[in-house]
Amino acid sequence: MENILKVDKIEKYYGSRSSLTKAIDNLSFEVEKGEFVAIMGASGSGKTTLLNCISTIDRVTSGHIFVGGIDITKLKGNELNKFRREELGFIFQDFNLLDTLTAYENIALALSIQSASVKEIEAKIKKVSEELDIKDVLNKYPYQMSGGEKQRVASARAIVTNPKLVLADEPTGALDSKSSKMLLEKFNYLDELGATILMVTHDAFTASYARRVIFIKDGKIFKEIHKGNDTRKEFFDKIIDVVTLLGGDLNNAL
Amino acid sequence: MLYKLSLKNIKKSMKDYTIYFFTLILGVAIFYVFNALDSQTVMMDVSQSTQELIELMMTILSSVSVFVSFVLGFLIIYASRFLMKRRNKEFGIYLTLGMSKRKISLILFFETLFIGILSLIVGLGVGVLISQIMSLVVANMFEANLTKFAFVFSTSACIKTIIYFSIMYLLVMIFNTISVSKCKLIDLLNGAKTSEKVKLKNPYLCIIIFIISSIALGKAYYMVTAEFLTLQNVTDILKPIIMGIVSTFLIFWSLSGLILRIVQSLKKYYYKGLNSFTLRQFSSKINTTVFSTTIICLMLFITICLLSACLTIKNSMNANIRELAPVDALFTQNMNMDKYYDDYRMYGYSDTQIKNSHYTAKEMFELFNYDITSYFKEYIEVNIYATSDLTLNHTLGSKLDSIRTEFPFLAYDTKESIMKIGDYNKVARFYGNNEYSLNDDEYMIVADFESMVKIRNIALENGEEINLFGHTLKPKYNTCQDGFLDMSSNHINSGIIIVPDNVINEDYLIQNYLLGNYKTTDKEKIIEIENNINKLDNNPKANDYLLPSGSTKLDIKEATVGLSAMVTFIGLYLGIIFLISSAAILGLKELSESSDNKERFRMLRKIGADEKLINKALFRQIAIFFTLPLILALIHSIFGIMFAIKVLEVFGTNELLPSIVATAIILIFIYGGYFLITYYCSKNIIKERH
Repeated sequence: MENILKVDKIEKYYGSRSSLTKAIDNLSFEVEKGEFVAIMGASGSGKTTLLNCISTIDRVTSGHIFVGGIDITKLKGNELNKFRREELGFIFQDFNLLDTLTAYENIALALSIQSASVKEIEAKIKKVSEELDIKDVLNKYPYQMSGGEKQRVASARAIVTNPKLVLADEPTGALDSKSSKMLLEKFNYLDELGATILMVTHDAFTASYARRVIFIKDGKIFKEIHKGNDTRKEFFDKIIDVVTLLGGDLNNAL
Repeated sequence: MLYKLSLKNIKKSMKDYTIYFFTLILGVAIFYVFNALDSQTVMMDVSQSTQELIELMMTILSSVSVFVSFVLGFLIIYASRFLMKRRNKEFGIYLTLGMSKRKISLILFFETLFIGILSLIVGLGVGVLISQIMSLVVANMFEANLTKFAFVFSTSACIKTIIYFSIMYLLVMIFNTISVSKCKLIDLLNGAKTSEKVKLKNPYLCIIIFIISSIALGKAYYMVTAEFLTLQNVTDILKPIIMGIVSTFLIFWSLSGLILRIVQSLKKYYYKGLNSFTLRQFSSKINTTVFSTTIICLMLFITICLLSACLTIKNSMNANIRELAPVDALFTQNMNMDKYYDDYRMYGYSDTQIKNSHYTAKEMFELFNYDITSYFKEYIEVNIYATSDLTLNHTLGSKLDSIRTEFPFLAYDTKESIMKIGDYNKVARFYGNNEYSLNDDEYMIVADFESMVKIRNIALENGEEINLFGHTLKPKYNTCQDGFLDMSSNHINSGIIIVPDNVINEDYLIQNYLLGNYKTTDKEKIIEIENNINKLDNNPKANDYLLPSGSTKLDIKEATVGLSAMVTFIGLYLGIIFLISSAAILGLKELSESSDNKERFRMLRKIGADEKLINKALFRQIAIFFTLPLILALIHSIFGIMFAIKVLEVFGTNELLPSIVATAIILIFIYGGYFLITYYCSKNIIKERH
């Protein structure tokens, strides 16, 4: 299988020489095309830093990150924006929808930034809104939608441009369990359609929807487990086992 | 501690304060410059009468200053309340930490104090520098020579500036204290979170209101321009003004709902780059800013009209002197006053003066043993005749009734001034105007006062004949011809009837004119001659014999120069203050919007919008808010200036274009400057820091 993401021995230090914090310490992993990977870790384990580095919001201290064969740590200025625009899709914990725009316009914005034609925009939004079941809310404003709807609109905005990699930062963090479940099922569905998703979470239930979970502790990979042919429930139990092993504040299971 | 906190606050919010601070400095500087104008004239070589005019100008300017301080005071209070609102959260945190409201007020007090003192010092410094340049402008205005260049500093203007602005800052402090003591903690903390809901207005209602208000505005325009002559009372002009204000508001109100709909339907444009975002930003805000946009639009309108009208008056007046005061001196002598004894008695002439009124101007001077003609290089004498058989009623003839209904306030019983064609041609030759010839049965009218010319032309076109001393005369021309007899600074000749020489009955001579050019061209000597003529008033004979009244080129010139300088300075003063006030309000609003939008722009960056696209969106957003009130203000101004031209007709409006260009330059410089500062500050605010 083709490698979409290759993280190669990256390190990220914070602070000065006298008080150095290694947020990420020599970390490497790969994500293949069409995979759905969750990254778990306690607060301060470095998972958000990792996501920020991959999304080019932050820069690594050393090491390389390849997305679709391009070394993104070497990109600068507008190349970075172009990369983010064309290769990445973002889903944030707090949705980050523009409150002045309707759902349709929010999704369209991601396409219009790429100078897509009106026809193309219409067709793509129609398709993605069917996939994510948000056809009824397209003309609503964010304040008129529920949290789950908002997050599905945000997801639609993230995948409508057919990015190589979808990055999700605690996508269920602000959702109740029912909405979370619905959203994650949609993620599974997108995964089946061929999207590559990298999700950061500290919630075992959320992680159990992924096909692979990478545990991070103190900036290093602690353990990695595959779903394989397990049911979601079995996979969840496995995750809980690792979480217990990890200790810390990751034991808020169920 | 509090002191430190407020200093830090100022430093921290410098970005928000830049425009505020900049405006304060400008306000202080302008206030100083215009109040210190008189100090510039000290080093100039000006005559006594000019000096008096300058004093008058300063008196008017200081009353204008009171008005200006109200405008600036309003601006400062608005701005400071606005900046305070942005810090609700900060105050909320102070309160939750247990700080008393009194202490918060104290923080604000210190902040206002710092900013006030700093802006006064810097503003006065800038003002003193600008006033050095102003001395050149003042000298140019009064057409005076700069005898020497010295650094001027007006202590009185400085003290006045400090007092006025201290009062304003004091008011700000009081307002701040009141609003702090009134605020509730819950509102302070949640203030930022309650986001404005996007209300879309009913598009049909918007269209209807837009159409209605456009029609109303058109009607108001029509009333002040095409129907200008029917506006007779002050209350008549109020109607179009109120219509204009209301429809301005409604146009902005309906546009805010319409623009979005219209552009949304242009899908190709709407879904291009960040256009949808920009437009939504705009329409989400205009809902709440319709009122302030209206105010700004109207202020810009006033500014544009004020500046261009004042500059037109100044330019035209200066041009008029050359044209309308072609000779050095003109003396008028009332003659045969006993013929209309009662009338002249009413005007306050003495019995003996009326009785002894059978001398020409020249003869009268001789009677006083003053040989005026010996000072003249060249001179002419002409006569004016009048009879109660020829009044405006008669010259308008059959058109009288229709004209009377349209212009009920004209003095129709005024006796017309009549002149022999020979006399008029003498004057015309002397002035360098056109000469005419008449057949025995013809008459003509010379006039240059536009409104009267129009009225008279109605009758002339109709070929109205007049009866004079037993002759019936028909008009030679179907319009009034351009020309004048009396010298003045404006076109105010409302009409002289010119008739063939043989028609005149010498019994009806009422005025004799003596016109001449001095031998000398030296200003000092001319002043001496004219002073000597004025001294004749002290001669005891003056009680029994009426001296000729004179108007000289020098008098007219000085009066004109003084008046035009006065008009220009008042116009500039008010215009610039209005302009900076409206631009500052807009700038402050946009800057604070930008800090509110920081989050939104960050979101756009996250989904991959590059800096170029974001800056473009920001630029457009600010540009829309700056240009929208300007566009309507410009449309208003077209009609406003047309109206002003009609009002100012007597001054002559042939110099309109240069003043409009000058106004445009001032507008672009100040308004455009504010726009650019706002844009660059906003860009700085939304910039992502790594």
